[in-house]
Amino acid sequence: MSNLVEVRNVSKAFGGVIANDDISIDVPEGQITGLIGPNGSGKTTLFNSVVGYHPIDSGSIKFKGKEISKYRVQQIARLGMLRTFQQTRIYGNMNCIDNMLISVPHRKAVFFDMFKPYPNELREKAEDLLDFVGLYEKRKLNSGDLSFGQQKLLEFAMALMNEPELLLLDEPTAGINPTLINGLIDRLKRANTEFGITLFIIEHNMRVIMNMADNIYCLAHGELLAAGNPDDIQNDQSVIDAYLGAH
Amino acid sequence: MTIVANERADTVEPTARRMITPNDLIMFGAIVLFGIVGPLLFPNYTFQIAVLWLMVLFAQTWDVMGGQMGYNSLGNIFFFGAGMYICTVTQIGLFTDVGLYTSSSDGGSFLFTPDQYYIGVAVGLLFAAIGSSLLAVALGWIVFGLRGPYFAIGTLGIALGAGELVGAWEWVGGGGGIPIPVYPGSGDGKSFFYYCLCFGAAMATFVFLKWLYSTRFGLAINAIRDDEEKAEAMGVHTMRHKTVAWAISAFFLGISGGLFGNMTGFIEPLEVAFPAPTFGLFMVAMALLGGKGTIWGPVIGAILFHIVKEATWTYFLGWQWVALGVIIIVNIVFFQQGIVGWLQEKYPAWFGIEVEERPSGVKGAAE
Repeated sequence: MSNLVEVRNVSKAFGGVIANDDISIDVPEGQITGLIGPNGSGKTTLFNSVVGYHPIDSGSIKFKGKEISKYRVQQIARLGMLRTFQQTRIYGNMNCIDNMLISVPHRKAVFFDMFKPYPNELREKAEDLLDFVGLYEKRKLNSGDLSFGQQKLLEFAMALMNEPELLLLDEPTAGINPTLINGLIDRLKRANTEFGITLFIIEHNMRVIMNMADNIYCLAHGELLAAGNPDDIQNDQSVIDAYLGAH
Repeated sequence: MTIVANERADTVEPTARRMITPNDLIMFGAIVLFGIVGPLLFPNYTFQIAVLWLMVLFAQTWDVMGGQMGYNSLGNIFFFGAGMYICTVTQIGLFTDVGLYTSSSDGGSFLFTPDQYYIGVAVGLLFAAIGSSLLAVALGWIVFGLRGPYFAIGTLGIALGAGELVGAWEWVGGGGGIPIPVYPGSGDGKSFFYYCLCFGAAMATFVFLKWLYSTRFGLAINAIRDDEEKAEAMGVHTMRHKTVAWAISAFFLGISGGLFGNMTGFIEPLEVAFPAPTFGLFMVAMALLGGKGTIWGPVIGAILFHIVKEATWTYFLGWQWVALGVIIIVNIVFFQQGIVGWLQEKYPAWFGIEVEERPSGVKGAAE
């Protein structure tokens, strides 16, 4: 099994604050990889580096064997690597169907594609995916009127609409009520198994991430603290210390 | 992929607000009807009604950027002036030396034959449209890095700067302006000729935008308006869409500039070609009054605004700016969504927007 993403010795500092220090991680194709760590440990910074949101200070990031650390956000998105945001971001003044339609992959879009209408197959697919996340009934509502949890589900459905090979999810269950979380875990797993999307997930909810991930990386103070399968991580003393604050 | 579909309609419905509704047809029919009978009923106001259509065009083209895409340009008037100068210079340059023509106050007493005149206007308008679009592409490359108020001020700077620069450019007449080639016919004939072109340009703009908003392009610029960073993260070609949106605005504005120059008969940079404080701000005020981001808002806003403006200019001379100021303040403070925006909220069915599935009282309850 090959690695979809290979991060090698990546460092990133904001002024004097070293957010990521010499981080190396692999995201194997077809699996679910977790990224955990206390608040401020540099998880989101690493995500932002991978998707091209800001340049890295040093190191290398490869996606499907291709160096992407100099690429910009849109180019990386069109390569098939997509991220969702910690603070959910949807197009609030558009209805759910429109939110889905605009999320079709732009990988092969040539200039004049922007003046095409949306064929019925795409509308159907948009409705199917809204159904998949349980938002079909809400499809004609302005997405800005949905609850926070529903917006998270919509953002997830939009990401699926984009047919990414790799999906980076920044705290997919944060702010979602506990009864919905199980449904979301189930859908994330199905996205992985049925749609074949590799997942790379930041998560604070240990029950969720231990339940889902094949491999987990733990960051603390911008450094890679531990890596391994969920059992190893759960029993790693340094991880426990980092989370409980004993240092 | 296999997805379990439960309790679903079999047919796929198109998104309603992008369809042509019966109300659209009624409104459009009424406007076309007025466009045809207006100058017949009020022959003395042909020029004013022609300007009304240009106002409608202004508001619509401003709304492409300001309403649909969320980029509030205060400098769109630049393309009006650029189109005006490109059109005029083409009309002259096709048949005589531009520098010589502009350097004398009577146009070097050069007389255009009717054929030369009509060919000049046709080619001039074409060049005005294309030239303005190309300028939009070039300027977009510079100013689309700016967001929010910085974009507004940056574009305003372009419009103000252009007026001054053209004023210092002797080849195009400098601050002294250029007399436009004289229409080969009667005054009424000229009014009618330009009335038809203005009306045609405004209607063509409307039909084109109605179609444009029904394509992927419409959704993409709405997405840029709602969250540009998200659109980037989803791989939308944001720069491409922004540039094309501005080029489309500029295309129609360029035509309107060429027409207005010919209607007035004399152009100069500050008052006629680049009037940022009047036409430049009117286009924003009209779109906001009618309701930005809607297809009908700019049209209705422009018609109302123009009527109020002409009425106050005629009957309350001296107070006309106060009246306009009051309208703008009331609009901005109490009525931000504009007339059509308000109607759309109140009576969504009129606009083909379905909301009946809104859960009453359980909003926020996620299943």
